[in-house]
Amino acid sequence: MSERKLDFTKFRERVGDLRGKEYWKSLEDLSRSDAFDEFFQSEFPQQALALEKGVDRRSFVKLMGASVAMAGLTSCSRPSETIVPYVNQPENVIPGRPIFFATAMPLAGYARGVLVESHMFRPTKIEGNPDHPSSLGASDAFMQASILGLYDPDRSQVVRKKGEISTWSEFVAAMQPVMAAARSNGAGLRFLTQTVTSPTLGAQMQQLLAQFPGSRWHQWDAAGNHGAREGARLAFGSYVNPVYDFTKANIVVSLGSDFLDEGAGHLRYARDFSSRRRVRRGTTTMNRLYAIESTPSSTGSIADHRLPVKPSEMESIAQQILSGGGSAFVNAIVKDLGANRGAAVIIAGEEQSPRLHALAQAINQAYGNMGATVFVTDSPEPAPVNQLESLRELVRDMHAGVVQSLIVLGGNPLFDAPADFAIERAYNKVGFRAHLSPYYDETSMLSHWHIPETHYLETWGDGRGHDGTVTIMQPLIAPLYNGRSAHEMLGSMLGGLDTSAYAAVRAHWFERGATEEGWRQWLHDGFVAGSALPQRSAAAVAPTTDNRPPTTGIEIILRPDPTILDGRYANNGWLQELPKPQTKITWDNVVLVGPHTAEGFGYGGKERDALVNEKKTRMAVVSYRGKDLRLPVWVVPGHAEGVATISYGYGRTQGGRIANGAGFNTYPIRFSDALTGGGGAQIRLAAESLFPVACTQEHQSIDPKVVGERGIIRNGTFDEYLKNPEFAKHGPHGPLAEDDSMYPAYEYKNHAWAMSIDTSVCTGCNGCVMACQSENNISIVGKEEVVREREMHWLRIDRYYKGSPENPEVFHQPVPCMQCENAPCEPVCPVEATSHNEDGLNDMTYNRCVGTRYCSNNCPYKVRRFNFFHYADYDTPALKPMRNPDVTVRTRGVMEKCTYCVQRINHAKIEAEKENRKVRDGEVTTACQQACPTQAIVFGDKNDKNSLVAQLRAEPTNYALLEELNTKPRTTYLATIRNPNPDLLPAAKPAGEAH
Amino acid sequence: MTAIPSGIGTPITGLYGVIAEFSDAQSLLDGATAAQEHGYTELDAFSPFPIHGLAEAVGLPKTRLSLIVLVMGILGGLGGFFMCWYANVIAYPLNIGGKPHNSWPAWIPVTFECAILLAALGTVFGMLALNGLPMPYHPVFNVKRFDQASRDKFFLVIQARDPKFDLYQVRDFLDTLNPREITDVPW
Amino acid sequence: MAIKDQTPLHEVRPTTQELRMVPERYLPTPVVEPGHSFASITDHISTIVLRKKTPIGWLVGFTLALFAVGLLTVSMTMLIGKGVGIWGINHPVGWGMDIINFVWWIGIGHAGTLISAILLLLRQEWRTSINRFAEAMTLFAVASAGLYPALHTGRPWFDYWLFPYPNTMGLWPQFRSPLIWDVFAVSTYATVSLMFWYVGLIPDLATLRDRATNIWIKRAYGAFALGWRGSAKHWYRYEHAYLLLAGLSTPLVLSVHTIVSFDFAVAQLPGWHATFFPPYFVAGAVFAGFAMVLTLAIPARKFFRLEDFITMKHLENMGKILLATGMIVVYAYAMEWFYGLYSGNPFETYMLKNRATGPYWKMYIALWVCNGLAPQLMWFKRFRTSTFWLFVVAMFVNVGMWLERFVIIPASLHRDFLPSSWGMYHGTIWDWSFFIGSIGLFFCLLFLFVRILPMISIFEMRTLLPEAQAHTEEEGAH
Repeated sequence: MSERKLDFTKFRERVGDLRGKEYWKSLEDLSRSDAFDEFFQSEFPQQALALEKGVDRRSFVKLMGASVAMAGLTSCSRPSETIVPYVNQPENVIPGRPIFFATAMPLAGYARGVLVESHMFRPTKIEGNPDHPSSLGASDAFMQASILGLYDPDRSQVVRKKGEISTWSEFVAAMQPVMAAARSNGAGLRFLTQTVTSPTLGAQMQQLLAQFPGSRWHQWDAAGNHGAREGARLAFGSYVNPVYDFTKANIVVSLGSDFLDEGAGHLRYARDFSSRRRVRRGTTTMNRLYAIESTPSSTGSIADHRLPVKPSEMESIAQQILSGGGSAFVNAIVKDLGANRGAAVIIAGEEQSPRLHALAQAINQAYGNMGATVFVTDSPEPAPVNQLESLRELVRDMHAGVVQSLIVLGGNPLFDAPADFAIERAYNKVGFRAHLSPYYDETSMLSHWHIPETHYLETWGDGRGHDGTVTIMQPLIAPLYNGRSAHEMLGSMLGGLDTSAYAAVRAHWFERGATEEGWRQWLHDGFVAGSALPQRSAAAVAPTTDNRPPTTGIEIILRPDPTILDGRYANNGWLQELPKPQTKITWDNVVLVGPHTAEGFGYGGKERDALVNEKKTRMAVVSYRGKDLRLPVWVVPGHAEGVATISYGYGRTQGGRIANGAGFNTYPIRFSDALTGGGGAQIRLAAESLFPVACTQEHQSIDPKVVGERGIIRNGTFDEYLKNPEFAKHGPHGPLAEDDSMYPAYEYKNHAWAMSIDTSVCTGCNGCVMACQSENNISIVGKEEVVREREMHWLRIDRYYKGSPENPEVFHQPVPCMQCENAPCEPVCPVEATSHNEDGLNDMTYNRCVGTRYCSNNCPYKVRRFNFFHYADYDTPALKPMRNPDVTVRTRGVMEKCTYCVQRINHAKIEAEKENRKVRDGEVTTACQQACPTQAIVFGDKNDKNSLVAQLRAEPTNYALLEELNTKPRTTYLATIRNPNPDLLPAAKPAGEAH
Repeated sequence: MTAIPSGIGTPITGLYGVIAEFSDAQSLLDGATAAQEHGYTELDAFSPFPIHGLAEAVGLPKTRLSLIVLVMGILGGLGGFFMCWYANVIAYPLNIGGKPHNSWPAWIPVTFECAILLAALGTVFGMLALNGLPMPYHPVFNVKRFDQASRDKFFLVIQARDPKFDLYQVRDFLDTLNPREITDVPW
Repeated sequence: MAIKDQTPLHEVRPTTQELRMVPERYLPTPVVEPGHSFASITDHISTIVLRKKTPIGWLVGFTLALFAVGLLTVSMTMLIGKGVGIWGINHPVGWGMDIINFVWWIGIGHAGTLISAILLLLRQEWRTSINRFAEAMTLFAVASAGLYPALHTGRPWFDYWLFPYPNTMGLWPQFRSPLIWDVFAVSTYATVSLMFWYVGLIPDLATLRDRATNIWIKRAYGAFALGWRGSAKHWYRYEHAYLLLAGLSTPLVLSVHTIVSFDFAVAQLPGWHATFFPPYFVAGAVFAGFAMVLTLAIPARKFFRLEDFITMKHLENMGKILLATGMIVVYAYAMEWFYGLYSGNPFETYMLKNRATGPYWKMYIALWVCNGLAPQLMWFKRFRTSTFWLFVVAMFVNVGMWLERFVIIPASLHRDFLPSSWGMYHGTIWDWSFFIGSIGLFFCLLFLFVRILPMISIFEMRTLLPEAQAHTEEEGAH
């Protein structure tokens, strides 16, 4: 028997760190470890002998079982941490009744307030926090999909030392000498984080830098808003944060900005913007949006005027606006700005150059918008830096061998650093490399230590919103995979008794005067009231004009992918299969070009149409600054000519089962001196090889005339609306009589659920699609199946073009089930698997469906979805707790479709019945409605004349899709109304014409 | 063949009747007609194909088959319609695509098919039943050359239970029809 | 109804001797070549069945068919194991080759009953030598057709939910659905055709019973002959029943394809939603059916030396029917255009435009060539009377009718109302293996049939001989 005392905790850690398959491997190496022997001998002395002479496997397993059982106690070692529900609930949880907690989702550093639906303390759904200024209750695809990120079975599950399974405590131990060394000579210790807004993390870093004077803190976010950050400094002299108020803006000019669909504040901005765009009875004014951009974006798609330009022309156009004269387009803008001094917003895109940002702010200054619609606050970041320079410095030092140890907190620099940094070679020169990340990724592979990072739903933390509002993040569930947060990493280096994130965050805020009840309130609300950063007066100065040489060849635009960003969401199946807002492509990144550019290198006409119709395209070789990149080429109407947009984030090799092999790695052509791309590129078609593109809508093959004569999209200008509000009433066959059926209509006495979708404000952002997927346990099917047109989304966003392919008008039309009162799908079902309920909902009875697919054939809207294979994952244990317990997980051979979130309706009806009243208007919100940033989707009871939906259905612009089929849809649309500048209209076009 | 005691009208045990073989349809038809005129009632004739008038010649009453078929058809139709009506109106009424529960036009096809089905079943099984089929054994199979009845030979039998039956007279009578051969048919 | 209605019995025909005296060229093409007696007919046809030695050609053909059936079983295993996803169907196109083949087979399955029933009522005596064969073809075609509706569902193991039976779920089928009508129509059709066929077989089974030498074979045929003795009383009721069945089958055969056409006509999809579908489909079915009869009869006739019984008259008549029904089908194609253009309905108009110029235009052109042009050869006697050309045209029609269903089903579905949900359809290898497999099943059964059952109705052939005439005095005296 050894004298040494057994390090019980150490052993617990060791066993506790293990998961699933690891068990056997680890038990064997456990049994080899001293820790185990010691533990074993002290726990079971009488058996020790037996083990020494070697026991048969059976009894060995028994003993191991016992010891592992004790190791299970690990979880108890965490201090008890109280989290606070969003709404007051009875003390005991009622099974089947979800509880909502408020927290925040950090994305690119910035916090977006969310409410998390928790069933029996299993987070199952993310919603926006209605009280949070960056969300106002809306949510985007990333927020919705983050729930899948939490349960992702591919997340890293153990601490790894040089790839071998290890433990947190061993890592902490291994850190000691590193710290010691750093203390002695100071230099050589470096930290690399992504964009940080967390006050606590900032404070912890400052402490560390104080403790280790020689150490340095570097920041790098591949998809970070570098341009905006530097632009603000260029304009205002320091790192400040412009905040916009679109509720006051009559005129909005977007300089390559997708403010409706990207950036920390886009949900808020979309809401504010749409509040000035909704046309209802009595509306007299409407805002006007000019979009000047190269790549078609959500913002550009709903703009009243859109001007496709090359990136290199962007600044000169801004210059013209500032100097007040230029093309007709510019003049129109200038005129409008002049007429709306102090009531306009000029906003430049996050990806745009600092100069453009400075110019935009100068224009705001010039037209008196500064302080009226545009405000400036301090940066929400505790330590804003020029991240590119910061990384450049780090890499230089690594190459120089100055860096002894590097702690990477999140991020995946070895995958997403600029190509010319040769960061891999540099990284390998560092003596001690630790990497905290949710996946064992490209960077972890080359790190000495890999620490699994907690998901934001697993850890305490804090962060600031787009306007600086602070949210305290509370965990919804104990770490599934023993992850650690950055707070814990830093805490362990700082030493101290309790290094937990909880301690760190509480300490930080209590030192700054938080009180217990205040703290509870913050957690309850999901944000710290009044913590928005104060406005400060600032004057924007126009940057000096620089005459860069005109670019030659094709200009490349490099931007983060619309659905998987810089690659951080590459292993999220929902986001991978989410059709990209403008192109409707899934599972891939392609090189986007305009139609003429494509014809320029010989891709167009019949060949392209035929290929696209078969969901195929040609491979192209992009030659850019000496590098050749093979990418599938895809034509987007309205894309600036002479420009090619390439998104990065794809082509992961260590991303996980879903990420690996999807798309193409385009980082190799991202250079530090041209992060967002540049000129001088050549594109040519690759000789061989067609490439299948999983695009959910082919546009080339669609003749716009077809869309028009069918009255699918009905649109008009604001002026036309004022002249004839009824312009949208007349479909191809004119208005229908209320009931054209030979049978008497059913009466729905109690409720009659209905939905109204305002196509004027739909930006096609996909928030609703993802919310639907999460709420209704919708399966993903994989690229091959999408190519075979078998995607399962219950709600799709149809995109139609009108006008010239060079710069068409774009229309978005979300299409859920129309819930027809005369549903064509029902009479053809031989087994009564689909029928109407008493509220007039078109219900599916999954367990009765035999799968004849007749209903789908007979559905004019093709909103039914069939499980051709067994798409739902019944096996992966990790995914089971994620599912919405109120919604069936469908099996193979069964038809499924949008139900208007019937589970939510029934829940509300039960509540109402308990209180013996009718369901109130607004009491039921469908998932899509709840997510929609612009509140384009409204749901309710059309029998209740006062309900919002009933009023919207009474609007003059209300119309039903394919109404001439007399399906009597419950889902109706409000016609698209835009507010073009009369000066820019070629000629008045007849009202109601739709193409 | 063993001598069989005579006696007019007295049935003779062990004897089914006397059979005559002809080699063409006409003489069979004539024979049958003659036999009936001669006053024999318990006749039967066998031929490799249907011969018009033969049934009347051997004194067969009109068949009731058509009636059976009619009744079955009506039953089938009513049953089919009732099934649809009961299933979709009484047993489990649902709002299907806004159509009334009793959307009877949709039930005509099923009604029609059921009527045809039962009528057809009635026809086939009615015919077999009236013909007393299946009947694995029958005395005429004992006649050695009877297998020619399904090829190209024609047979006329006068049964022993015929009230006018007298073995010798019958033999003589059949002989007058100059058949190819005359044989006694034992049970 | 009196037996008088029954066709061939009392038409006075020249005796064989008389025919021999008339020079060949003045003779109408007979339905039985001269020089046959009851015995020769009986022996010739029954020997094909009863001979000991199985012809080598039969063995080869049967083995090939068996291989195809093997392929079918593999495909079915895959289908039930993995799901209908192995087929090319997708979201706009919910029905593909599964339903195409179903309708194709069902169509083919119409000729048999039609020949047996309608031609019987129309006193077309030439039907006699081909009806047995055609009925058998009907049965096997229906069997192949039945595979598809049964297996095309997402969860075939629950197909029995389509049948009305009291159950714990308390649910009944939804009788408004054309698929339920299909269930009743197809199963009724299968049952009645089977009975019709079997009843027709009984006297011949008796013949085989009496011809067979091997005791076991004798007993086997005997069992199915049900103790038939050719008694006058049997014949009397038998002919009654046969006539009644014919009377019942005639509306039935028309109803079956009418109801199949409802699968489409009842839906509101452009290209499906058309009131003229029932007659259009029925004509198409007759068209397809006779084409298949020709396809099978011409080789069989040669192989089994049945030229005496399936004479050129038969083939020529079938050629004429091809021409007539083909014209009806073409008329239907033309009417589609008329409706589409005259209605001014944008969906209809586009559907037609898409057929002719869309991604599947080749199919549509081929359809016109096969069903529209090829049968026009039948205007000319030299083509009608050439087995080669008849066979060629029949093959064209077989293909054409398959194309017709392709044009109706996927080509209408793939571009319907909302352009956003448009897509393409391509059959996968499993779609084709299923098709080949079902053809294999069809031929497998057909080969067994010609080996163990008389492929020509012996007793009806006997009635075609002059010697079959017999008259009671009163009517004999004319």
